[in-house]
Amino acid sequence: MPQLPMVASLPPGPYYGALAEFATPADLYHACEQVRDAGYRRWDAHTPFPVHGLDRAMGMRRSPMPFIVLGMALLGAAAGFGLQYWVHSVEYPLTISGKPYFAWPAYVPITFELGILFGSLGAVFGMLGLNQLPMHWHPLFSSAPFEKASDDTFFISIESWDPKFEPEKTRQFLQGLGARRVELVASE
Amino acid sequence: MPPEAEAAVLDNPVDRRPELILRSPTFKAITDAVVDPIEKPTPLGWWFFFLPAVALLGLLGVAVSWLFWEGIGIWGLNVPVGWAWDITNFVFWVGIGHAGTLISAILYLLRQRWRTSINRAAEAMTIFAVMCALLFPGIHVGRVWVAYWMFPLPNQMGTWPNFRSPLLWDVFAVSVYGTVSALFWYVGLIPDLATMRDRAKTKIRRIAYGIFALGWRGSNRHWSNYESAYLLLAAMSTPLVLSVHSIVSMDFAVSQLPGWHTTIFPPYFVAGAIFSGFAMVITLMVICRTAFKLEHIITIRHFDYMAKVILLTGSMVGYAYGMEFFTAWYSGNPYEMFTFTNRALGPYAWAYWTMISCNVLFPQVFWFKRARTSIPILFLLSILVNIGMWFERFVIIVTSLHRGFLPSSWGYFRPTIWDVSCLLGSFGLFFTMFCLFVRFVPMVATAEVKTVLPQADPHYQPGRGHAFGAGHTETV
Repeated sequence: MPQLPMVASLPPGPYYGALAEFATPADLYHACEQVRDAGYRRWDAHTPFPVHGLDRAMGMRRSPMPFIVLGMALLGAAAGFGLQYWVHSVEYPLTISGKPYFAWPAYVPITFELGILFGSLGAVFGMLGLNQLPMHWHPLFSSAPFEKASDDTFFISIESWDPKFEPEKTRQFLQGLGARRVELVASE
Repeated sequence: MPPEAEAAVLDNPVDRRPELILRSPTFKAITDAVVDPIEKPTPLGWWFFFLPAVALLGLLGVAVSWLFWEGIGIWGLNVPVGWAWDITNFVFWVGIGHAGTLISAILYLLRQRWRTSINRAAEAMTIFAVMCALLFPGIHVGRVWVAYWMFPLPNQMGTWPNFRSPLLWDVFAVSVYGTVSALFWYVGLIPDLATMRDRAKTKIRRIAYGIFALGWRGSNRHWSNYESAYLLLAAMSTPLVLSVHSIVSMDFAVSQLPGWHTTIFPPYFVAGAIFSGFAMVITLMVICRTAFKLEHIITIRHFDYMAKVILLTGSMVGYAYGMEFFTAWYSGNPYEMFTFTNRALGPYAWAYWTMISCNVLFPQVFWFKRARTSIPILFLLSILVNIGMWFERFVIIVTSLHRGFLPSSWGYFRPTIWDVSCLLGSFGLFFTMFCLFVRFVPMVATAEVKTVLPQADPHYQPGRGHAFGAGHTETV
């Protein structure tokens, strides 16, 4: 199933979407399976900790993080090796304790370290970029119960620009999945 | 729970995996246990640790200022011993900094779920230890205003650093390690900072924690990238942590000096680093779990595991001590043999035998479960191990230097008050940072601890007891 990109702008209309509250990871897991099977596409689960297997229950694709990190790590290693080669063979050739200018075994540690450095920066900033963070304002933060999403409560949000979203129908659908409580969140 | 009862939980690990977190808390109880102490007014006991630490930090400021003013002659350095406590302290602190990444990264890759209770504090400890470590190479150059020569920066002299030197590898290894450790720690903190933001009672706290929480809203689409990034960071930190102390050891091993020029150094240094780092984690956790009433999250079982790591790495270090003597004898090189005889029987024999006692002999008590589960013994041993590991670096550095090839230039290093001030001051820096950390940041990774509770499993059914992983390998 194609995933719609997460876009950092507001959906049109009075509602951001519907927000359903669940008590346990098990309730959330089964509800997610049903939201997925009902064909919703622009929706999300919110949990205080990563729930094992929820990606599959939501029908999500694998994260593209490994490719970003691999690319950055190779770039860092190439930059590290290139810097050392350039300094000792091109820009500033100087004989020190009889070592050759192009002493490639001696370049291995710094090549490795810079590969790790770039890869790690790629992991952190790649993750933030894919997640569109930092985003300090979000319509969901206007919901008081949503504060517990970082403590002990589990949520499903279905956004109003999902093609299948209809305020009342979506609310009843979520209620039917065993939600403790469902609310419609305003756009602003 | 009294220690004996907790120790009983350790028994019978085959039939049943005992729960990692005691007292079967709810998710909310975990948040409350960790976050409440940060939200309450500062307890008096905190000042007991913080004020002496700040006083020592002030001492560091005085010592370093005098050093910059007067030069490294204020230390007890002399002609054969041109490197002493400065580099001893550097290697000591870098070594301590290794446990954090070991716990965070290697135990994560090995799926050691017990790490979740201690990884946050151990990572913080790593960052502060690396800060202390980076201080010493920075100040020991004497002319601190030209410290930028260590980095490949274009400059008016048209010069570049020598990348074929292990000292430059070290600059890169330690600064990359510090950066990656800080990133790893911060990424782990983001969900907990969001918890702090959502619980904040005042606007200032909400904004302060909110800025650093980056607008985290626990989205599973975010968790998916987050967990992938975290796993990749762990996968990259694992070879990184092993490389860092290997490269530190090459500062010595690549030189031609008897006592330094040996291929056993990289694995020997890495084992020693993990050994001392775990000891420091035990020292800090013994204090913190009592002070913050986290005995059910940081349990006796965690200490039992850490003591086993100490026993293992301590024995590896002991093996390396023995092997160094064997290699010196087997080499047939009279200078090499003399250096090692001189280490054990020469003027620094007192330091050598302090090292052997603290690092090899005393940790043997950890063969006994009673010692591994006794808080007073753990606390005492953890401090002895760190004393021993400081002496190990002192012994390697100073005994190899003080009697070189030419007997007419033999000498003896004595520390001055400024050597002592710099060492004590670095402890001031470390404990000041750690006190601020436990005061303002959740010292246990609550989001991660929640994942090891049985009810975190989406297939958990109440009433079926401890069912985590039921049907998977753990019950086989």
